[in-house]
Amino acid sequence: MADASSKPVARPQRPLSPHLQIYTPLINMVMSILHRLTGAALYFGTLLLAWWLIAAATGPAYFDYVSSWFSPWYGQAVLIGYTWALFHHMLGGVRHFIWDLGYGYDLRTVDQLSWGSGALSLIITGLIWLGVAFARGGF
Amino acid sequence: MAMRTPLKTARQLGSAKEGADHFWKQRVTAVANLVLGLFLVWLIASLVGADHATVKAKLANPVIALGLLALIVSGTVHMRLGMQTIIEDYVHKDGSKIVLLMLNTFFAAAIALTSVYAILKLSFGG
Ligand code: HEM
Repeated sequence: MADASSKPVARPQRPLSPHLQIYTPLINMVMSILHRLTGAALYFGTLLLAWWLIAAATGPAYFDYVSSWFSPWYGQAVLIGYTWALFHHMLGGVRHFIWDLGYGYDLRTVDQLSWGSGALSLIITGLIWLGVAFARGGF
Repeated sequence: MAMRTPLKTARQLGSAKEGADHFWKQRVTAVANLVLGLFLVWLIASLVGADHATVKAKLANPVIALGLLALIVSGTVHMRLGMQTIIEDYVHKDGSKIVLLMLNTFFAAAIALTSVYAILKLSFGG
């Protein structure tokens, strides 16, 4: 048996573990991938938040200019996408908390948590933007 | 006889001993982000379509400014740790890995500093 003083040995050629394309997509796997993608999207999306804060701190003219990027359909689409990414990632985080505490590991619960958080993220995003639309005086 | 494989002491250095700290900071900031993220959604929803004077007054409110500062600190720490994991998972060449890890830190720091600067200016800048 090797002990702590052994030299690193040349690695034998073992088969590599199969990667994503080998598996049938399962809902918790899809949610796990989406957690990572939404995390990365939120990461780069912080540029928008910083830009908006800078605009507010700069003055009315620049603020109006920046706002004008967010009002057309593509600006709104980005904001809706960001809302969804945030809630998807947030609910994914809550799912992680449940697992971190040691609960919810039987397969039925895993599936329910995955479907549930996915659906809820869409529902919440829809409700928020409906609310925004109504507050602005309808569609 | 030691019941250990050579993997235990990968390259005879052992682990970096920082894994638990990374995990824990990711969770603590995640809990903070949960609350502060909801606050941000409320804040932005309440400001949709508002003019500059309204936005400025709202962001200069001490409670709101403090909430935003907390969100920026917690969010940038969290996203830096998260992106570090992603980089370490996919990038295995030392050179590119080190460069990307540095860029990750610079990006998070830049977002944090510009945002904090803007919030402080809104509060104290007159
Ligand atoms: C809103 C509340 C949030 C919660 C509850 C939350 C929760 C979490 C948790 C538990 C992880 C670890 C996942 C794992 O170990 O596999 C994680 C990863 C991550 N988070 Fe968050 N997070 C939140 C907000 C954010 C925000 C605002 C950002 C970016 C600005 C962000 C970016 C990331 C990134 C990049 C990762 C790494 C993803 C990965 O390793 O696959 N998170 N988040």
